[in-house]
Amino acid sequence: MQKVTTVKSKAMPLPMKDVDTDLIIPAQFLTSISKDGYGANLFRRMRDNDANFPMNRQEFDGATILVTDSNFGCGSSREHAVWALTGAGFKVVIAKSFSDIFYNNSAKNALLLAVLPADVVDQILQSAKNADYEVTVDLESQTVTLPDGTAHKFEYDQFRKHCMLNGLDDIEYIRSHAADIQEFRNRQEQKRFMSTRGA
Amino acid sequence: MSAAATKKAPEKAKKSTAKNIVEKIWDAHVVKQLEGHPCVFAIDLMLLHEVTSAQAFQLIESRNIQVFDPSRLLATIDHSTPTRQNRWEIYDEAARTQVETLRNNCKKHNIPFLDFDSGKQGIVHVVGPELGVTQPGMTIVCGDSHTSTHGAFGALAFGVGTSEVAHVMATGCLLQKKPQTMKVEFKGHFRKGVYAKDAILRLIGEIGVGGANGHVIEYVGEAVRAMSMEERMTVCNMSIECGARAGLIAPDEVTFKYLKGRAHAPAAENWDEAVAYWSSFCSDSESTFDKSVTIDLDKLEPIVTWGTNPAQNVGLSERIPKLETLVDNERAVAVRALEYTKLKEQQTLEGTPVEWAFVGSCTNGRIEDLRIVANVLKGRKVNQNVTMYVVPGSEAVMKQCQEEGLVEIFREAGADFRMPGCSMCLAMNDDQVPPGKRCISSSNRNFVGRQGPDSITHLASPATVAASAIAGCIKSPAEYV
Repeated sequence: MQKVTTVKSKAMPLPMKDVDTDLIIPAQFLTSISKDGYGANLFRRMRDNDANFPMNRQEFDGATILVTDSNFGCGSSREHAVWALTGAGFKVVIAKSFSDIFYNNSAKNALLLAVLPADVVDQILQSAKNADYEVTVDLESQTVTLPDGTAHKFEYDQFRKHCMLNGLDDIEYIRSHAADIQEFRNRQEQKRFMSTRGA
Repeated sequence: MSAAATKKAPEKAKKSTAKNIVEKIWDAHVVKQLEGHPCVFAIDLMLLHEVTSAQAFQLIESRNIQVFDPSRLLATIDHSTPTRQNRWEIYDEAARTQVETLRNNCKKHNIPFLDFDSGKQGIVHVVGPELGVTQPGMTIVCGDSHTSTHGAFGALAFGVGTSEVAHVMATGCLLQKKPQTMKVEFKGHFRKGVYAKDAILRLIGEIGVGGANGHVIEYVGEAVRAMSMEERMTVCNMSIECGARAGLIAPDEVTFKYLKGRAHAPAAENWDEAVAYWSSFCSDSESTFDKSVTIDLDKLEPIVTWGTNPAQNVGLSERIPKLETLVDNERAVAVRALEYTKLKEQQTLEGTPVEWAFVGSCTNGRIEDLRIVANVLKGRKVNQNVTMYVVPGSEAVMKQCQEEGLVEIFREAGADFRMPGCSMCLAMNDDQVPPGKRCISSSNRNFVGRQGPDSITHLASPATVAASAIAGCIKSPAEYV
């Protein structure tokens, strides 16, 4: 996984609640067996149906910070939604809240999610409309700094933070507990009533 | 206005060592918990399908990691597969590659794979229970959010992304944080023409699409105890639609009876021991939950969605909410949704013309669902303006339909009975509702473009779908059942 550090970029506003992963990347575009290429169809339905959608506006080119309302990423567990965002260049999403699975998936792909209070998010959504609102997000200090210099702190799990800052993924951590896992499975074998063998 | 009385009462004041079912399953699967770290959490079964697994195989192969335990994995193909008769030939090159990739990966890694015409292929959440691999007290994951379906058996079952699919392949474990818990009580009894689907849609409507974020739901109450396993699966299946991490139901005699004799259920000599173990997975009477909600079914009526998320739903006698009564950001969502679904505030849904009807999916594609649909369709005709797809959830369901004579009923009514798969629920294959067309659907999501670009979806029970297919417009099934 790539390391996450400080991201400075104009913010792209998506003032919508409950943006589901079908909206982020429609199922018709999920037939690839790689992690690449999804960025081209990020928010495909909205891009096709709305000429004013921010991604269709040149002034938002190069934005790597997306700002949106609450419950972003609800619905399908498709990690392709995260791959579509990172594939299109996004490094940070700021919102009032995120759905659980999307939140987990993002942390596995160096996409930093920052939850800020509703009034702050509303302020950013409003200010960012003209594509000239530059925001700085720093994981180390867990802050989002606005153009006027005000810094807003966001919560971030310290274990996840360590992984993101150092580009570590879960597999090696879990494998470092291999002996515990083996012991657990040996113990569990006595109460094991299921095997898929022979299916 | 609603038939459901809700009360949300945080009741977290633990006094004893009493545990709820979620806590019991959690505790039984903690491999290692270090201070300040997430838990190394054991997963008993992972289900695989073609869309969310290829990149996980690539990851473990790139690191030369062996699959941890193939006897805890089970794979099938369902999402991007065709539902026409000659489905072995997949025209779409990317979908074909995806299916072949899973087939090859399973062979290479010795993972049981349920292929076309094995008699066992089907939607991953339909085949797990059918084969008896879904059992009480287990932890189950799949790269699919509707994995919560398996919670019907008293398993802790949840959807994960492809990275986590790789973690389980590699280690049999995930890094997890303990979820919060929520108790949902369904009390009272269903009226005629009202089903488990209506109950879960009502819950989602009450608490909203993010209402259970971060929580695992336990469904309790007399109505839940009276439900068949298939009805329980419908309820648990849609837990994710209110944001729940998972939803589950404590096992009972109904559960054990369903499991007994299934291919992968415990053998006779282990049966009593298994049942004794499974029975330990229930909430202690003194146990508590972080949140609780009660839904009264006595006055519940058939529910249909009007918007672009499953919470935007009303009973058929109710009206779409008046926009000015909604709070600000709910109103913005509703305005956008109504624009998309071409409906108006304060209108009722009954009588709205539909051009498509879909019965199927991991929510409502099981034999009991198809029997209900056949009962409605028997001796009647699908309206000439409606194209109706009936897609069995699995080859086993399809076979059962053939044996019970349901296939003839569907065909005589003018419905298209197709081969098993996810089909028009997410429209990854050719089964798409055309742009601008309106579909009444037994599936689980009415998101923008879910059933095809610019298609409009109304979620409902299989009976409501069948009644509407006959009428050519949204209609209560009450007079047909």
